[in-house]
Amino acid sequence: MKREEVKVCVLRVGGTNCDAETKRAFEELKVQADIVHANDVVRRRNLLEYHVLIFPGGFAHGDYVRAGAIWAKWILAKLGTELKAFVDENRPILGICNGFQVLVEAGLLPGFDGMSLYPEAALATNLPPGYNCRWINLKQENRGKCVFTRHIPKGKTLYIPVAHSEGRFMFVKQKEKQLLERLYETDQLVFRYCSKNGEYAQGSFPANPNGSFHDIAGICNSEGTIFGLMPHPERAFYWWQQPDWTKQMQMPQYGDGKLVLEGVIEYLTKKF
Amino acid sequence: MRYHVKIEVSLKPGHSDPEGETTARLLKELGYRVEAVNVGKVYNVVLEAASRKEAKTKAEEMCKRLLANPTKDDYAIAIEEEK
Repeated sequence: MKREEVKVCVLRVGGTNCDAETKRAFEELKVQADIVHANDVVRRRNLLEYHVLIFPGGFAHGDYVRAGAIWAKWILAKLGTELKAFVDENRPILGICNGFQVLVEAGLLPGFDGMSLYPEAALATNLPPGYNCRWINLKQENRGKCVFTRHIPKGKTLYIPVAHSEGRFMFVKQKEKQLLERLYETDQLVFRYCSKNGEYAQGSFPANPNGSFHDIAGICNSEGTIFGLMPHPERAFYWWQQPDWTKQMQMPQYGDGKLVLEGVIEYLTKKF
Repeated sequence: MRYHVKIEVSLKPGHSDPEGETTARLLKELGYRVEAVNVGKVYNVVLEAASRKEAKTKAEEMCKRLLANPTKDDYAIAIEEEK
């Protein structure tokens, strides 16, 4: 597949945000990107016209019940068959912030044994509590399974903002050690929160902005095609989105967010 | 039959409850001898079902499919038949 043939679907419903930034970032990468209301995809049954599916950030359906829960169950009820086909064909899905919560609530992540009937993890209320909006550092932990990050060297530190109230990644308490080992074994761990120098946050605020277990900021499924992360790569795409751009004499053209979004294009142009 | 189903979703024991801890701290500052606060959600559902047993089964299904995340939540169900 040629780069210009790649079609990205940025889904939106009431309460999503940064869909415009995500579309613009993908267009900068010379692929086609549409912002599509979820109702339109249901009406037209055209999900499989797209090669990449994005669940953007925001507060979909008001974050009622739990963050991401309503949209997750809605999409399974309305588009379950198409979504399963999309996943089975190894077409990539990205969940950013609220989108990550949707993927976890839908049982698509961590997806140890494929899509699970009930959530296998949770993104709980931040610790310390409250909405946290700040630039943080992430360490790339994946050994090559995740199709979004396989071109980013393991151990590289990325600078990308977070903005959320419910981002504390957790497993069932009694099984957290066992499930963490599984994440490592199957190469599903992608990003961990760290300091500016690349040292793991070890749960300490503000390097770990939400109290996530094992400083987990992003994971992928066992196939590496579904990826969710709390930070917003589309808000760190251009140089002028960086918080310190006015202080710098010279800056690279793009921010670290570009690294997260461009990897999937490389995967698609090679695979399809 | 119509049943009034009260579903209470709360955090599993041992999980951090930042909202509860913050509330407890403030209640203490207001002068109450509060030891702990656990925050949960209550859903009052009016449900059509053939029997109390079916109402309970349906309510459990609702919890598993939407209202509770088994990773962090417990739930309790109380059912009353409409008179």
